[in-house]
Amino acid sequence: MSPALATVVLVSVVTIGAGALGLRRTRTTGDFYVASRAVTPRWNAAAIGGEYLSAASFLGVAGLILAYGYDALWYPVCYTAGYLILLAVVAAPLRRSGAYTLPDFAQIRLQSTNVRRAAGVLVVIIGWLYMVPQLGGASLTLSTQLGAPRWLGGLVVCLVVLTAVTAGGMRSITFAQAIQFWIKFLALLIPAVVLIGVWQHRTNAELRYPVAQARVVVPVDRDTTVRLPVDERLTVHGSVDDRPAGGPVDLTAGLHRLGAGTTVTLRRGDAVPVVARLPANTRTSWLTPLDSGIPHPLYASLSLILGVCLGTMGLPHVLVRFYTNSDGRDSRRTTFVVIVLLSLFYLLPTVFGTLARRFAPDLLLTGNTDATVLELPGRMLGGMPGVWLGALVTAGAFAAFLSTVSGLAVSVAGVLGQSLVGERRALRRLRIRSFRLSAVVALAVPYVVSLRSERLGLAVAVALAFTVAASTFCPLLVLGIWWSRLTDAGALAGMAVGGTLSLFAALATLAGRDPAGWPGAVLGQPAVWTVPISFAVMIVVSLASAGRVPDGAGRIMLRLHTPEAPVAGGR
Amino acid sequence: MIEPRRVRVVHPRTDAASRGPLPPAVPAEDAGTEVDEIYLRSLIRGQARLALLVVAATAVLLGGVAVLGAVWPAFDRTRIAGVPVAWLILGVAVYPLLISLAWLAVREAERNEDDFRSLTGRR
Repeated sequence: MSPALATVVLVSVVTIGAGALGLRRTRTTGDFYVASRAVTPRWNAAAIGGEYLSAASFLGVAGLILAYGYDALWYPVCYTAGYLILLAVVAAPLRRSGAYTLPDFAQIRLQSTNVRRAAGVLVVIIGWLYMVPQLGGASLTLSTQLGAPRWLGGLVVCLVVLTAVTAGGMRSITFAQAIQFWIKFLALLIPAVVLIGVWQHRTNAELRYPVAQARVVVPVDRDTTVRLPVDERLTVHGSVDDRPAGGPVDLTAGLHRLGAGTTVTLRRGDAVPVVARLPANTRTSWLTPLDSGIPHPLYASLSLILGVCLGTMGLPHVLVRFYTNSDGRDSRRTTFVVIVLLSLFYLLPTVFGTLARRFAPDLLLTGNTDATVLELPGRMLGGMPGVWLGALVTAGAFAAFLSTVSGLAVSVAGVLGQSLVGERRALRRLRIRSFRLSAVVALAVPYVVSLRSERLGLAVAVALAFTVAASTFCPLLVLGIWWSRLTDAGALAGMAVGGTLSLFAALATLAGRDPAGWPGAVLGQPAVWTVPISFAVMIVVSLASAGRVPDGAGRIMLRLHTPEAPVAGGR
Repeated sequence: MIEPRRVRVVHPRTDAASRGPLPPAVPAEDAGTEVDEIYLRSLIRGQARLALLVVAATAVLLGGVAVLGAVWPAFDRTRIAGVPVAWLILGVAVYPLLISLAWLAVREAERNEDDFRSLTGRR
């Protein structure tokens, strides 16, 4: 068994094992869904971090930094800053609302089953949008590290998550998630420290373009257009520009077509051709703010900041976990610890992305930049150290897929399960069984989609799910918590308009149908317009339907902000 | 530490929820007085101001860094120990700033609540 395979098996067994451990302690439906609120802030913060750090953070961010440089640094910063907004605006009141999912909040605050249903639909949409890239990342990991077929990785993740989730429910997940945060952190920290040490022992000539550091054979598995930054003689077997090639070929700077099945052999010192959909950055443009080849970079950065910072509070799997805090105050403290943990973690992808620019530039040829973290240890070290560090990052990546997908699966399955049996006074056993059935559906749909999905960078795809959350749940939560005149009609209208617009933009971008220039930039980063529109619609319709303000809205508002009486015998 | 008390989890659409409304966080006998409600409204205003302040500070911090790259050319050319200062800011320095803001937000929010508790005598 190769080390990488061994670590994947180990992480899976730990996850299922923690689930089984939780099963022994699961006694009631409350345990099953939300761990009966018996979780301390530090465990809970690690669990939130564990659940939150997905394939996008673990693999995607380093890949984006490899390709885009400075401008990609915004992703990890915003993934962290979102929790600051959540802390300031919703953490404590949300906990005090007594809601443990977003649909619950909608119903408690607005007393409307329709708003509840709409929120449920959005939880499923956002959850699936978020899960698809996770499963894609799993397929990528197993195929690059173990040579497995592309359909296998996602399937393995689905089966492990299904086993863990249906066995133990939320209680087991809290412990498993907290452990997985530390697995992920160490799986990047240890290689990062070693690789920085190795790097200092090498020459550090300043290169204008990415140049291969050692001989590397790059297989091109589909027709690919690449851009060569300078004239270069490359060794190609297969076809170049529709002509057969079987050795050294002189290529001019500019665009070239490589046929499917071609292999390009880069020797030490060869300039690396860059796949046409990524910018061929020079050293300077890579380092410079707003110069990475992203169209309309200032707009894109600002829109990303808005979408991700406001979207964090609307992520279904994150919010559920806030309910496991014992009160509003703990809820804030948990969020603070989350920000500290994320700040530590996000220093690391930058290290990988920067080192990869020098030591794994050939990933730019195929555009397979999401493999940066997985490939870098082997490139820089070689031999057994490279293999073992590669196995370690593979374990971390798998922890990322398992934790995020299990969190999302619980949230989506929770919504599906309640809509299946929620209308009747269901027996406790029936409720749990329907949750298990729903978990199967919650995983099967994104798995099937992930088999066919277009390869957009993982971090970019996940950011689109944030944007949908920012355009729907963010206004619902912010207005619901701070504005007593919100009505069910306003909430429905705002979520419908914001959800439709942002989902349309997300799907157009995911399907690769986004046009060039400004329209493409506007669709690729829609938050700047979808979030204000959603807020505006929610406010205007609420004012127009002032008669529909629910009875007791004022009392509910007061409850959201009232500090809990200290628990007798507690802190 | 003391094992936290087990609390019954009530879901709004289960049979438990349909038996009656959830008990309010403020015990009914406490919430009755008008003075309490005035204090509570002032607490909410204080917390809203704090939330706005933190959001505004975050916006200024992140938006400021983004705009800085567009308007100040030397931003990306200045270097400290060979690393462009722009990278030091967005790759490293932003995080301690976010942590400080979060710490302030927690401290001030708890202070507001402590003030409220001592005013209403609910300790």
